Amino acid sequence: MMKPLKIIYSALLLAAAPMLSQTATTVPTQSNSATAQVKNNIVTAHERDGQQVFDQNCSRCHNTPQGFSPRIAGTVARHMRVRANLSKEDEQAILRFLNP
Amino acid sequence: MQCFSNSKYVKPLRRIGTALSVFWISFFVGPLIAQTTPLISGGAGFLTSTTAGATTYQPIAVPVLEAPIGQHLLIESRGNLVETVSPSGGGQGGYNHSLFLSLAYLQADYIATPHLTVVGGYFLTPFGTYNERLTPIWIGNLDAPLIFSIGTMVSGAGTGGMLRGNAFSSDKISLSYAAYFSAGSTNKEFTSTRSAGGQMYAYFPEKRLEVGASYGRLLDGKQTNSVGGHVWWEPAKVPLKVRSEYAHGAHSQGYWVETDYRLSQIHGAESFFGRLEPIFRIQQTFRESAPDRTDFLPSANTQRTDFQLAYHLPHEVRVNATYARQFSSTGNFNIWETSVVYRFLFPAWKGK
Repeated sequence: MMKPLKIIYSALLLAAAPMLSQTATTVPTQSNSATAQVKNNIVTAHERDGQQVFDQNCSRCHNTPQGFSPRIAGTVARHMRVRANLSKEDEQAILRFLNP
Repeated sequence: MQCFSNSKYVKPLRRIGTALSVFWISFFVGPLIAQTTPLISGGAGFLTSTTAGATTYQPIAVPVLEAPIGQHLLIESRGNLVETVSPSGGGQGGYNHSLFLSLAYLQADYIATPHLTVVGGYFLTPFGTYNERLTPIWIGNLDAPLIFSIGTMVSGAGTGGMLRGNAFSSDKISLSYAAYFSAGSTNKEFTSTRSAGGQMYAYFPEKRLEVGASYGRLLDGKQTNSVGGHVWWEPAKVPLKVRSEYAHGAHSQGYWVETDYRLSQIHGAESFFGRLEPIFRIQQTFRESAPDRTDFLPSANTQRTDFQLAYHLPHEVRVNATYARQFSSTGNFNIWETSVVYRFLFPAWKGK
């Protein structure tokens, strides 16, 4: 009985490790509310980065599209990477911004 | 195996498995599986232009296709469908009309490394800023600048290959480059001139300032060089864009400076006044050779000022009204233009 439980705990720990490593300095506890806050902070930070990259690169030439299907977010980001000579990191930031 | 068949453990296991899947998908895999369905984009519009008293009408459609293949490849193309209705002239009444179909570009982009994209096919010539960035009708506000054909090798496109990408990027500076070689082509759909060139520009994110330089060499017949530079600035706290470009070629040299101010500080970008965008541009060219119709440059020293009011309606519709005055020893005249432009962007096919 212990073996599957150990596997499960190990898997959970492994899955949570990258997230914890990103937020270890700001989140001392692992309560549910803190975890939710961490998730919000991560998403907000990503969106802010993406918004900034979008404003600095895409908006240099054109206005922000008023909305489009999330199914083409990756295509839009790849197009912008080529057209605007974006770095790989900027492409991923825009992708997160377009399709959070 | 026996323990997994026990329902006491199966239910929690399923829940944990589901939670883990959601966790991984939302935090790590999610961005990677963002949809890359091919898209159709572009613009459609109706333009009128009255130059020195003669009015032409142009219904226009500019479709764009973007089709990613795998993780590294992108096929993209843009076409132009323009119907021009203009006065017959020569003392005759009535109008003539002509249909113009063309490809702006049809290219394959292979993202080889984080810093290098290899482009092959029929591509827009990377010289200055207008050709690659501002030619789409849903982006560019004003007519092509007078110096447009300097460095863009007349047709504005090349048939061959190009290397481009981001050489270096940090919080302080981003360096980008493009270098191309084009073969000569007289094919109706892929007109290009044998040429080579490229550009490099630096963008300073904190200052929101871009400075760049371009070079092009015509390799057909009499080999000539074109050089150019551009400066773009967009202050972060004000919805202002300042764009400028200078180019020098064998036949002419000149510059343009454009300011663009969206009145979004008045009750926001969606307010009545916030949708308004006045644009002003001044440009000059200086002729350095005898007039030559094939270079598509003004035949004499020319100055021109453009003033436009653009109004951004909901649903990606923009209405523009422009007045321009051109001064030259060959004649001074007014240009009045109006346009309605609709921008579209949707997946190429239906999906989940």
